Amino acid sequence: MAGVLASPNLPLHPPVRKSAPGRRAIPWVPIVLITIALLYLALFLFVPLAAVFYEALRKGATVYWAAISEPDAISAIKLTFIAALIAVPLNLVFGVAAAWAIAKFDFRGKSLLITLIDLPFSVSPVISGLIYVLIFGLQGWLGPWLSEHDVKIIFAVPGIVLATIFVTFPFVARELIPLMQAQGREEEEAAAVLGASGWQTLWYVTLPNVKWGLLYGVILCNARAMGEFGAVSVVSGHIRGETNTLPLHVEILYNEYQFAAAFACASLLALLAVITLVIKTVVEIRYEQREKEFRT
Amino acid sequence: MYFRRLIVYATAIAMLVAAGGTLFSGAAWAADFTLLNVSYDPTRELYQDFNKAFAKQYASKNKHKVSVRQSHGGSGKQARSVIDGLQADVVTLALAYDIDQIASRAKLLATDWQKKLPNNASPYTSTIVFLVRKGNPKALKDWDDLVKPGVSVITPNPKTSGGARWNYLAAWAYADKKFAGDQRKSKDFVKALFRNVPVLDSGARGSTTTFVERGQGDVLLAWENEAMLALKESGSDKLEIITPSLSILAEPPVAIVDKVVDKKGTRKVAQAYLEYLYSAEGQEIAAKHYYRPRDEKIAKKYEKQFPNVALINIDQAFGGWAKATQTHFVDGGTFDQIYQPGAK
Amino acid sequence: MTTGIFTRPHSVLPGFNMALGFTIFYLSLIVLIPLSAAFIKTFTLTWEAFWTTVTAPRVLASYWLTLRTSLLAALINAVFGLLVAWVLVRYKFPGKRVIDALVDLPFALPTAVAGIALTAVYATNGWLGKPLAEMGVKVAFTPLGILVALTFIGLPFVVRTVQPVLEDLEKEMEEAAQSLGASQWQTFQRVIFPTVLPAVVTGFTLAFARALGEYGSVIFIAGNMPMVSEITPLIIITKLEQYDYAGATAVAVVMLVASFLLLLAINTLQWWSRKQRAQESV
Repeated sequence: MAGVLASPNLPLHPPVRKSAPGRRAIPWVPIVLITIALLYLALFLFVPLAAVFYEALRKGATVYWAAISEPDAISAIKLTFIAALIAVPLNLVFGVAAAWAIAKFDFRGKSLLITLIDLPFSVSPVISGLIYVLIFGLQGWLGPWLSEHDVKIIFAVPGIVLATIFVTFPFVARELIPLMQAQGREEEEAAAVLGASGWQTLWYVTLPNVKWGLLYGVILCNARAMGEFGAVSVVSGHIRGETNTLPLHVEILYNEYQFAAAFACASLLALLAVITLVIKTVVEIRYEQREKEFRT
Repeated sequence: MYFRRLIVYATAIAMLVAAGGTLFSGAAWAADFTLLNVSYDPTRELYQDFNKAFAKQYASKNKHKVSVRQSHGGSGKQARSVIDGLQADVVTLALAYDIDQIASRAKLLATDWQKKLPNNASPYTSTIVFLVRKGNPKALKDWDDLVKPGVSVITPNPKTSGGARWNYLAAWAYADKKFAGDQRKSKDFVKALFRNVPVLDSGARGSTTTFVERGQGDVLLAWENEAMLALKESGSDKLEIITPSLSILAEPPVAIVDKVVDKKGTRKVAQAYLEYLYSAEGQEIAAKHYYRPRDEKIAKKYEKQFPNVALINIDQAFGGWAKATQTHFVDGGTFDQIYQPGAK
Repeated sequence: MTTGIFTRPHSVLPGFNMALGFTIFYLSLIVLIPLSAAFIKTFTLTWEAFWTTVTAPRVLASYWLTLRTSLLAALINAVFGLLVAWVLVRYKFPGKRVIDALVDLPFALPTAVAGIALTAVYATNGWLGKPLAEMGVKVAFTPLGILVALTFIGLPFVVRTVQPVLEDLEKEMEEAAQSLGASQWQTFQRVIFPTVLPAVVTGFTLAFARALGEYGSVIFIAGNMPMVSEITPLIIITKLEQYDYAGATAVAVVMLVASFLLLLAINTLQWWSRKQRAQESV
C-alpha cells in the first residue's frame, strides 16, 4: 500500500477535509446509514430509557414522591450510597497502585497480572455473590467462627459492600493502565532524577496527567457500584429496610404490584446513569479542549 | 493543587461516614427487641398488618417496644438463606419440608419443631385455585381443561417455589384420583400440564406478576390467598377465580429458630409473636388477607369468602413432605423427568 | 531487584515493591481467594459426579442457550456497532453529542432497571411488544427476549472500541485510493474495513464475554423454562436453592473457566490490534 502512494507520478494535493470522502459520493448513503443507526439505538436504548420515566410518572407526581420518600426506599438509597462510598475509593487506590506497577515498570508475569485483574469483569454476578456465601456463610469456611463471635458479614451490610467491591474491582485499573502505558515513563524518570520521592512523583507528575482517565474510571466504577443487582441479590438476605440496596428495592416493589413505585425508584437509578453520562461528556469535552490548547 | 487536597479530604471523610454508617446501622433502632421474620413470597401484605398489630399489643401488655423486620422470597430460597446464616428469629414458610431442611442441615431448631405449636404449627391454611381472565374465555373449569392443547398455564418453578410444589402436587393428586393411582398416567398428566407452561418464575409473586401485569397465559395456578389478593389489586373486572373440583390442603407452617433466639435473647418475644397468630386478632388479620383461619368462630365469620373445595392432605396422599420431595422434586425426580427430552 | 516470580531489571522509579505488593495483596484478598472457594468446593465432588452435573441435559441446554444468544447478540452489536461508530465519527447531525453520550447508557444503567424496562417495553402489552405480537413475534419470555436484553448490555462495546480507530484513520489513504479510481464501496472494503477489523473483533469479544455471565437484565425477560429459555446463572441459583452447593459451584467453575479463556483471547486480540496500529502508523 505504502509503495503505491509513494509513486512520484501522483499529483500531490493538499488534503481535503470533507465529511463524506470520495469523488463519486452517493448523497443518500449518509442519510440511510444515520437512519439505520438511529433506529437501532432507538429500539434498544432510547425506548427502554423512556419507558422507565414514563412508567414512573404515570400515576402522577404525588405517587412518585411518596415512593421515593418512603422509609424502606430511603434506607435502600442510604445503603446503596454506603456501598459505593466504600467500594469506589478502595478500588481507586487499588487502580492507581496497579497501574503504577504495571505501566511504569517491566516485569515478567505482567500480562498474567492484567488478566487476573480483569477477572471480575467477566465473572457472572451470581457467581460473584456465591463465592462470598461459600466463605462467610454459616456452612462456609469462616461461618462457624463468625457466628460464635457474632460478626455478621453475609446477609448484612458488610457482605453487600464486599460483593460490590468485587464486581467493581477492575474499573479504575482498566482505565488507568492503558492510559499510563501510553504516556510512558519519561516524565516520572525526569522527576526521579531531579530528586523527587515516589509519592511526590505520583502526586505531582503522574496523577495530573491521568486525571481525566481517573475521573472516567471513578464515574464508571460508581455507576456500577450503585447499580449492581445480581451479586448483591445473592448475599443480601432481602431484609426490608436493612439489607436492600436500591436495585433490590426496585425488585421488591415490582413484586408487590407497586409498579409505579418500582419504576419511580428505578428512575432514580436511571437519572443517576444519565448524570454519569453527562459528567463523562463534560470530562471529554474538557479533555479535548486541553488537547487543542496543548497543540496550538 | 488546593482543589486536589480538598477532594482527597472530602473522600476520606465520606468514607469514614459510610463506614460508620455500616457499623452503627443496626443500633439506630430505638426498639427494645427486633425480630427478623423470614417468610415466603405471598405473605408480604399479611405481615405488614400483623406486625403492626402485634407491636401494639405487645407494647401495651409488656411495656417493651418490638420491631419486626421482614424478608420475603421463594420459600426454598429463604430456607437456604437461613441455613447460610440469615439470622431469622422466626421462619414462616410455605411448606414444612423447608423448615425441616433448616433443622437437619443447619441444626438451628429441633427436628420436632412442628409439634411445638397447634395445628401442625400452621396457624392458617390455604389451597390452590385457578385465576383466569374475566369471563373465563377458554372455559377452564377443572384440571382436565389445563392439559388441553392451546391452553397456556402460568406456575412458578417447583424447584425454587413452595407454592409451585403445592401446585404440582395438587395436579398430581387430581390425576391420581382420575387414573386410580396409576403413577405413569399421573406423570403423563402433569407432563402435559407443564408442556402448557411458557414461563417459570422463581417465586409465586413473580408468576402472579407475569400473569396479571404482563398478560401472559390463560390461567394462573396460585395460592388461594394470592389469587384473591390479585383480584383485589387488579380489579374483579379483569380476573376471576375458578375453584377446581379437587385441590390440596396447603399448611404453611411457622417456627421459632431456637439457636438464633437463644443467642439474641428474644425467645419470649418470638414465642409471643407466633402465638399471636393463633389469637382471635391474629386469625382475623389472616382471614382478612384471604388465609383460611383455624379458629372456628373466625372461619364461620369469613365463610362466604372461602369456597368449598374437596381438599386432600399431603400426608395421606403423598406420605408427607419428605417422601414427596424425594419422589418429585430432587434432582432426577419426576419434575426433572418430565423435562427430559424423550424420557418416559 | 526481585519480588518472587515478578522479576525485573533495575529501574530509576521508586515504589515498585510497594505498589506491586499492595496490588497482589488486594487482588488476592478480594478476587483470588474468594474465586478459589468455588474451585475448592467443586473439588469435593468426584470426577464422575462433577461430569454428570455439568453435562446434565438441562445444564447443557442452558450452556447452549447462553452461548448462542450471547454470540448472536455480540454479532448484532458488531455489525450495528460498526455502523453507529461510523455514523458518529463521519457524519454531522443534530443531537450527535447527546446520542454519543447515550451509547454508554448500558454501562451506567443498573441491570435490574434495564431488565424491568425491557420487559415492560417488549411484553405483549408493551409499547414495542404489542405491534410485534400482532405481527406474530413474541419477544418477552422467549429466547428472543434474552437476545434483546443481551444486545442492550453489549451495545457500547463495539462502538467504543471502533470509534478511536476510525478517528485515527488517515483520510489521505482513502483519498489516495479514490484518486486511483476506487469506488466508495471498494475503498471501504479494501482500505477502511481491514483497519477497523481488529477493533471490531475486540469489541465483539468484549460484548460476548459480558453477555455470557449476564443475570440482572435477563432474568426478568427470560421465560426460565428448563431446556428452552433457562440461562446458566439461573441454574446455579436453582442448584443453590436445592442445597446442592457442590453442584452449583461445579457449573460456576465451568463458567469461570470459559470466561477466563475468553479474557485471555481478548487480551491477546488487543495486543494484536495495538501491534497492527503501531505498524500502520509507520
